[in-house]
Amino acid sequence: MATQAAAQATTGAELKVGTDVMIELSNVNKWYGQFHVLKDINLTIYRGERIVVCGPSGSGKSTMIRCINRLEEHQRGKISVENVELTHDLKNIEQVRREVGMVFQHFNLFPHLTVLENLTLAPIWVRKMPKKEADEVAMHYLQRVRIPEQAKKYPGQLSGGQQQRVAIARSLCMNPKVMLFDEPTSALDPEMIKEVLEVMIELARSGMTMLCVTHEMGFARTVANRVIFMDRGEIIEQNTPEEFFNHPKSERTKMFLSQILHH
Amino acid sequence: MTDQTLSTPPVSDDRRPDLPPPITVAGPIAWVRANLFSSPLNIALTLLSAFLIYVIVPPVLTWGIFNATWTFPPEVVTGERAPKFSDCAPGGACWIFVGARLGQFIYGFYPEPERWRVILSFVMAMVGIYGLLGAPVRFRKASGIFFFIIFPIVSFWLLRGGLGLLPVPTEQWGGFMLTLVISIVGIVLSLPIGIVLALGRRSNLPVIHLLCVIFIEFVRGVPLITVLFMANILLPLFLPPGMQVNVLLRVLVGITAFAAAYMAEVIRGGLQAIPKGQYEGAMAMGLSYWQMMRLIILPQALTVAIPGIVNTFIGFFMDTTLVSMVGLFDFLNMVKAGYKDANWVGAEITGYAFCAVVYWVICFSMSRYSMYLERKLHTGHKKR
Repeated sequence: MATQAAAQATTGAELKVGTDVMIELSNVNKWYGQFHVLKDINLTIYRGERIVVCGPSGSGKSTMIRCINRLEEHQRGKISVENVELTHDLKNIEQVRREVGMVFQHFNLFPHLTVLENLTLAPIWVRKMPKKEADEVAMHYLQRVRIPEQAKKYPGQLSGGQQQRVAIARSLCMNPKVMLFDEPTSALDPEMIKEVLEVMIELARSGMTMLCVTHEMGFARTVANRVIFMDRGEIIEQNTPEEFFNHPKSERTKMFLSQILHH
Repeated sequence: MTDQTLSTPPVSDDRRPDLPPPITVAGPIAWVRANLFSSPLNIALTLLSAFLIYVIVPPVLTWGIFNATWTFPPEVVTGERAPKFSDCAPGGACWIFVGARLGQFIYGFYPEPERWRVILSFVMAMVGIYGLLGAPVRFRKASGIFFFIIFPIVSFWLLRGGLGLLPVPTEQWGGFMLTLVISIVGIVLSLPIGIVLALGRRSNLPVIHLLCVIFIEFVRGVPLITVLFMANILLPLFLPPGMQVNVLLRVLVGITAFAAAYMAEVIRGGLQAIPKGQYEGAMAMGLSYWQMMRLIILPQALTVAIPGIVNTFIGFFMDTTLVSMVGLFDFLNMVKAGYKDANWVGAEITGYAFCAVVYWVICFSMSRYSMYLERKLHTGHKKR
């Protein structure tokens, strides 16, 4: 795995985790029509945590993290981010979205804007930042994801890996308190996965609270302090990566791990 | 182990030089062969096209240029008498008809000493349009304010008169000027109204959705001519007695509503082409609904919809000729009035040919501009 060398430098366990609650989900239930996608989800995320969510497709892991910034609506239970509860109140929703960054499987960059404009849009319009300052912030984060030279290009002119790094930088420009990753490497060619994971690992080291839906188990081993396994809308098991990979408790976890680790 | 039949080594680091292509692949002969004579069907089509060009083009040129009458006879030039149709040679276009009537074709019955006001308005419109579409981006905001706020007020005052200018009632407006007034008002208003209707039709709020659907489907389900008659005859019946609404205003309302309904559907098509991820990307960053629409969704949707939007504009520009049915003298109707003059009986073919050329030039320009715009707004290959 590409991340092995990095893993020796720091393991997830050495990174600090705060004691104040960032995100709280209690008894969250959601249905798509008749289909019960999320069943009584209870999850508390503390500041500085790096959580990897895994599970078979259709297990509800994407739906769960999309509920946290209200891209999906839950029907029962309570979700709050930094004590702001997500209800139908648009004000609360917008407040939460300002503080929660999200990176998507398909990047969702805005193709009609340059990379720099993609990065400065939200700071200018949502945070009311002056354009000059927004440009500076954007260039800072482009440097951090190592593609400052692409600032004037359009997303369509970049490779998938570069686009995903731009998407990460775009979220960081809003100076979020939490970052959600929804399968950030699943749409990438194998040789591009590495560059995106490196950026994510660096981000984790900087103390960002992260919640990642991913199948990159190397990443989970390297930086996660907690791995959550979901199946059929339920959280089946959660543990430190060490325990999770070496001594899985439930049968479903064992089966899942045997399938993804022996391919 | 070596293979004697192998003429080149299986692995070679030497790049082979690029050779020029054979004559059958590039060059004019190859082009003609590939494009005009590549198959029996293609040969037949080429010959048929050549025959059609031979049949159509020479007579049109003879009529329109070589046999046409381009200059007034000497008595007319010296002012002894007015020009008339019999001054023209038979078998050719009578362009002096256009020359003699051009003032009316352009200004209608607008009083001659006041025509500078029309010209000034026209220049303002052109400056505004250039500022919005052609000038560098940094002038765009100023151009927008000029075109959408200053220009309508000033040109309304200029054309209509009052406040120190001689009042010219709209009944005296006509010709190309009237066509432009209707077109510009219709085009400029139908786009924003169309956008609002399209967004309304996609709204989650049932009342707004229903209102937009009813409006769009009702207007689209009725011919424009009916909309115009309704605006002209039915509307006054619903208004309180004694309240008079200007004919031109009634027509403008009707025709704008008509164009907006079509525009809404074209824009809805553009909106549907935008992937869900764009909405999610915008929402996840905390943009409000209107910010998301204005900054992310509409710029892309309108770009996608450009061909349809311009198509609607062109159709609308042609449809303005229908206002003649409710008694307005637009450009076409003014030309018609011209050849009904006793002096010009027989000039209708020339008149219609002139109209066709003018309409064609304007519509073709719109079409070319839209293609230029599509190329300009295309940002790299879009994978998603």
